Amino acid sequence: MTALFSLDNFTVSYGKVQAVSDVSLNVAKGEIVTVIGANGAGKSTLLNAAMGLLPARGRMTFEGQELAETDDVEARVGLGLCLVAEKRHLFGSMSVEDNLVLGAFRADRSAFEGTLSDVYARFPRLLERRQQLAGTLSGGERQMLAMGRALMSRPRLLMLDEPSLGLAPRIVADIFTIIADLRAAGVSILLVEQNAKAALDIADRAYVMELGEITRSGAAATLAADPSIAASYLGLGH
Amino acid sequence: MDLTILLFLLQDGMTSGAIYALLGVALVLVFAVTRVIFIPQGEFVTYGALTFAVLEAGQIPGTMWLLAGAGALAFLFELWTHRRELTARLLVHEATLKLALPAVVAGLTHVLVPMKAGPFVNLLLTIAIIGPLGPYLYRIAFQPNADASVLTLLITAVGVHLAMMGMGLILFGAEGLRAPPISNASFTLGPLPVSGQSIGVYLVTLGLILALWLFFDRTLMGKALRATAVNRIGARLVGIRTSLSGRIAFALAATIGAISGILIVPVTTIYYDTGFIVGLKGFVAAIIGGLASYPLTAAAAIVVGIVEALASFFASDLKEIIVFMLIIPVLVWRSIASGHHDEEEE
Repeated sequence: MTALFSLDNFTVSYGKVQAVSDVSLNVAKGEIVTVIGANGAGKSTLLNAAMGLLPARGRMTFEGQELAETDDVEARVGLGLCLVAEKRHLFGSMSVEDNLVLGAFRADRSAFEGTLSDVYARFPRLLERRQQLAGTLSGGERQMLAMGRALMSRPRLLMLDEPSLGLAPRIVADIFTIIADLRAAGVSILLVEQNAKAALDIADRAYVMELGEITRSGAAATLAADPSIAASYLGLGH
Repeated sequence: MDLTILLFLLQDGMTSGAIYALLGVALVLVFAVTRVIFIPQGEFVTYGALTFAVLEAGQIPGTMWLLAGAGALAFLFELWTHRRELTARLLVHEATLKLALPAVVAGLTHVLVPMKAGPFVNLLLTIAIIGPLGPYLYRIAFQPNADASVLTLLITAVGVHLAMMGMGLILFGAEGLRAPPISNASFTLGPLPVSGQSIGVYLVTLGLILALWLFFDRTLMGKALRATAVNRIGARLVGIRTSLSGRIAFALAATIGAISGILIVPVTTIYYDTGFIVGLKGFVAAIIGGLASYPLTAAAAIVVGIVEALASFFASDLKEIIVFMLIIPVLVWRSIASGHHDEEEE
């Protein structure tokens, strides 16, 4: 399979500290790829830099085209990349529907109505709450809104940063079901998670990140079965 | 003081208050979207007023050349920013907005001024000259520094204010100007004569506030501006360029400033530095509105106008002091009541 998205020797620094060093990874069309690792391993930094929120060095390609440093966040959204950030960054004092409308800011206006009803079909809770202010939603609903807003741009690659963070276990299960459904609908997904078990369960392939470097990679099922991974990320403490 | 005088003062106060409301709303808008405390708002009032007065006198205003210069400078800034990835499309787009637009405005001015086309055409021409100065100014002075702290942006704003005031002196001279009233009509409401000019001020203010409300509530671009104000990173993640939001906010503020200037220049003589004080009164209202609430700002502006009118009757020497003192109890109350605010939520 050809890669939809790839990073080669991708490095992100905060001043003199390298938060992400020489990372290479790729995502093929229709695939869920996950990056697992401990808190502070550099996973969020990796996604933020891939989206253009942070400056980075290295080569980055999307749909066979190399992305330039000058392609800012807004240009990347236009190309079909979309990030659901860990902090969600919703428009709290605006309604749920306005948040979704703005999600389609760069999308083709003629497809708008169809996309909106798709998103409401996927997240019926958002339809119930559509006049409510985003800031008044519960944690799970906020995550749904953040994902719904991202889907409004009809992304070709959806990057999800810790979608399960701070959510009740039942809602985490819902969110992961929705992620699996999205792959079935043809969306490629790069998923960053601390909840390694849930991530490895739905992912096709996985990378393990430690202190800013990729230390292991392979099929998700193989990594999940690996005793050292199980000891570090799957069993203890959860 | 009898009832007639009181009603007269109230009318006077509400007329000034309506103008302060426009300016206050523009200040809140610019601050919400760009975090700039827009001190030069007053200069746009001056420029609008004096440009209109010069046009009414049948002359070419110097601001027309300023527009061309600012547009060319903003164009150069844009070229420099994109020097590594210049495309023909970008070049055409920027040249249209920053070179062709001022040229068209200059052409129209030269054609329309000798025709003595009347106050309505002059009003539109003034808006066409002053409105685009806002986004050019944003491009030149604020966009290169857009992520700086509020304090840095405030210092920049003070610098821009001083530069624009000096430029006003060069362009218009030290003499004050006054334009003939747009409307000479006059009505009596009970014991109170009401001038057509103040009716015009009320109507324009209401109309503009309504138009702004529709823009922010109904249009995608308006919602994008609100989104930029609520969460800048969130806005970028959905593909809204915060620099575009900034330029639109500045265009609206400059236009509102120009219209305010046109509304007051038939009533008061305007000098190159008059706008500053007028703008500061809008600022008092915006502060009372917490630099966040549009309705509270508009209401506070009316109060500022009325207090000013009453103060000028009872203690005209202390007029400004009384008006600006309004800010103190509000600041004290706010700092006690609200504690600390975070800009971003979550």
